[in-house]
Amino acid sequence: MSGMSRIVKTITNVAFPIVLIYGLYVIAHGHLTPGGGFQGGAVVASGLAMLLVAYGSIWVIGKVKEKQLSILESIGAIGFIGLAFLGILMVFIYSSFQGNFFNNFLINQNEIPLFNEIGAGLANINTAGVIPLMNFAVGLKVIAGLFAIVLVMAYATRIKEGK
Amino acid sequence: MNKRNFAAVIFFAIVGAFLLFTALMMHPFGNFNEENTPEMDEYIIDNTQNETGADNGVTAVVFDYRGFDTLGEATVLFTAVAGVILVFRRLKK
Repeated sequence: MSGMSRIVKTITNVAFPIVLIYGLYVIAHGHLTPGGGFQGGAVVASGLAMLLVAYGSIWVIGKVKEKQLSILESIGAIGFIGLAFLGILMVFIYSSFQGNFFNNFLINQNEIPLFNEIGAGLANINTAGVIPLMNFAVGLKVIAGLFAIVLVMAYATRIKEGK
Repeated sequence: MNKRNFAAVIFFAIVGAFLLFTALMMHPFGNFNEENTPEMDEYIIDNTQNETGADNGVTAVVFDYRGFDTLGEATVLFTAVAGVILVFRRLKK
């Protein structure tokens, strides 16, 4: 797929950062406002798909290869599963914790001051334990995965257009 | 009416009756009290903020109470991406 006209490219230049910031906001505030890793990742991947439509897949694949996106997606998946397994492993470090798969080990303790606050209606970003970190991991995974799908399928159509 | 259409009508009647009775047994909308709320809903609405600290109850359920479900969902996405990249890979000439 080759690029579109100058008008489309200009509008994309204006709209793309706004879409990116909104999607990253949805991911970062997943434990406070509606949305989360999957939804924010879909928003960011839509913005990247808009870039792909406006500039063409040949231009985009000169900037980023699908192998790099595949590595990013694997980092997200390993981070998600690693956080789940840390719930078991933390019992060896701090004996006061109760070890479980998907245990929220960051919440309600004073050893690690990261996302450890608790309480109703705080609307504070420093709450909810391991949930924001899992949101980041899943968001990275969804961004890289959906953009890899769209990029690979768009690049496969260049043969029909004779390029 | 042949045999196949007859089976389709029977199937449609059974599914339609099932959906109708399910709709009639739903809880009244916007009427929150102790009697017409299931216990699980009540527990999550009452205890989510004090147990996980997250204000967004849906994210608390998805990433904390039901983490296994999210793990399966992530696995489905990973498999889909791997399959699409496998099908549309670039072959060396």
